Amino acid sequence: MARKLNEINASSMADISFLLLIFFLVTTSMNVSTGLTRRLPPPLPPDQQPQDIDINKRNLFVVKINSQNQLLVQGEELDIRDLKEKAKEFIKNAANDPNMPAKYQKEFDLIGTMEYTKEHVISVGNDVDTQYQAYIDVQNELVAAYNELRNELAQDKFGKSFEECDERQQKVLQEVYPQKISEAEPKNYGGGK
Amino acid sequence: MAQIRKKEKKEAPALSTSSLPDIIFMLLFFFMAVTTMKEVTYKVRVTTPSATELQKLENKSLVRYIYVGEPMPEFREQFGSSTRIQLNDQFADVSEIESFITLERSAMKEEDQNVMTVSLKADKDTKMGIVTDIKQALRRAYALKIVYQAGARKAF
Repeated sequence: MARKLNEINASSMADISFLLLIFFLVTTSMNVSTGLTRRLPPPLPPDQQPQDIDINKRNLFVVKINSQNQLLVQGEELDIRDLKEKAKEFIKNAANDPNMPAKYQKEFDLIGTMEYTKEHVISVGNDVDTQYQAYIDVQNELVAAYNELRNELAQDKFGKSFEECDERQQKVLQEVYPQKISEAEPKNYGGGK
Repeated sequence: MAQIRKKEKKEAPALSTSSLPDIIFMLLFFFMAVTTMKEVTYKVRVTTPSATELQKLENKSLVRYIYVGEPMPEFREQFGSSTRIQLNDQFADVSEIESFITLERSAMKEEDQNVMTVSLKADKDTKMGIVTDIKQALRRAYALKIVYQAGARKAF
């Protein structure tokens, strides 16, 4: 009996450590961080006063958020749900409306000549008391507007979504609809708080 | 001898599985080393806002975090309940952000310094005043690539 005991069956040890392994795999959250990427404008030289950059009014899309998280878009009150459509309309300017950004013709790689609104700027202004979530909502809707426009163009020209396009095609699409959301202080673009 | 030979006939020698646990443990250690642990202990409560058009944050070694939110209950007595900024493991003031970024940047490899990203992890109820202040500080520090951290959500 004693001789039989000194060889312990170790095969279950592997199962135990497998269990441990799986337990750790499940419990450690990979902690994938996601967010909205933005680029800030470079700082002004300290001796220079922030000046109103001369932007043609028709090229400017002003979104203001007040302390009650309400939106003022181009001088009109607007629900956040309608912001995306309004922004798309502005960026695209399909009807060549004189109150919307000027259109320029350009020969693009792959898709040929197209009209695009290269000078448009979307300016987001906010109050000191605006809630962060409301600000992110606005940013999100604006990014969504760009993404949808790029997707529509991708479907139209290449027959697939923006995500499925290769790098060269994506670059062209980004060129047609460059993301121009101003991150500067509201007063940089002549809008009051 | 005769006895042993008799035993051999009875059963084939068992396959040695004693090294299997070691292999599995090696796997375990590999995964434990590879998975990144949480960056800091939070001293402020952060519930990130939600959005739909999210991008994944890549290359974590290039990312520095700024946390903004209300202090955790255990720090309330000392710091009050108004929104505070946390850099690394301690509370900080807006004026300290610039030096923090400069310090972090100089600790990076030279080729990485230009692609440094600052991730702003702010509570969804934060007032924009403090966020704007942070943004201005980041501009002054030339940390222009920023990410507003947000969680996923379905459309409205």
